[in-house]
Amino acid sequence: MTATAELTVKFDKEGFMTDPNEWTPAIAEVLAREDKIDPLTERHWQVIRFVRDEFQKSGESPTLRTINKKSGVQTKELYELFPQGPAKKVARIAGLGKPKGCI
Amino acid sequence: MEEFTVQQKTMPEFIVQEEPAKEKNRKLAIICSKGSLDMAYPGLVLANAARMMGIDADLFFTFWGIDIISKSKVDHLQVTPVGNPAMHMPQMVSVLPGISMMATSMMSKELGKLDMPPVHEFLTMIHDAGAGIYACRMAAEMMHIQKEDLVEEVDEIIGAMEFLEKAEGAQLLFI
Repeated sequence: MTATAELTVKFDKEGFMTDPNEWTPAIAEVLAREDKIDPLTERHWQVIRFVRDEFQKSGESPTLRTINKKSGVQTKELYELFPQGPAKKVARIAGLGKPKGCI
Repeated sequence: MEEFTVQQKTMPEFIVQEEPAKEKNRKLAIICSKGSLDMAYPGLVLANAARMMGIDADLFFTFWGIDIISKSKVDHLQVTPVGNPAMHMPQMVSVLPGISMMATSMMSKELGKLDMPPVHEFLTMIHDAGAGIYACRMAAEMMHIQKEDLVEEVDEIIGAMEFLEKAEGAQLLFI
């Protein structure tokens, strides 16, 4: 037996969620699939969880440098997990806004 | 009169199958020609930002840019206020002993506050992100530098023509 749920989630015009609190892991799966990342493996989740935790702690998304140093997933692997633009992809899938930093 | 016969050979027809046009990825080619701390970061920041967005990037270090990728100098780059009109520092002050060291120390601190990595770490990040890192052959020869003198993140020492081949279709930046 399967159940489906319908959720209305707000996005800005570039496809980033406007309210991080509306995010659920199921949304992450859908967004990842749109970005041709399918399936989300445990390594993907490690990054997503780290990024959301850091955001909750500091109110800002961590830089890729911080992800490299503290998430347990390093730069090379990060680019393999989220090809073609990890900065934007990770933020989008994790339900956070477009990254504005330079690093 | 001699008779010449010309034999006409028919060449087999070659059917050329064109590969379906691959979607060309946007690309940045950055030439780094300066070796001061303040001039090292623009190229590195841009190459890294490009990679973060999925844009290909190649860095080409030439002339004093070689200092940025030299093992001996990579983490000892200085901010040089002397003769640097961009810094808005009176030249009479900039020549005083200790000024360059102070300017370098101040800039390093500020960069650190922004989570900007030191140069070598930055090069590692950029390399791991898949950017190409090249040294200019002419500059390396001029400075008597071999590949072993350069940080391990350098892919190759190449000449200008080779670099331009790599830069085909790319947006070119000179720093």
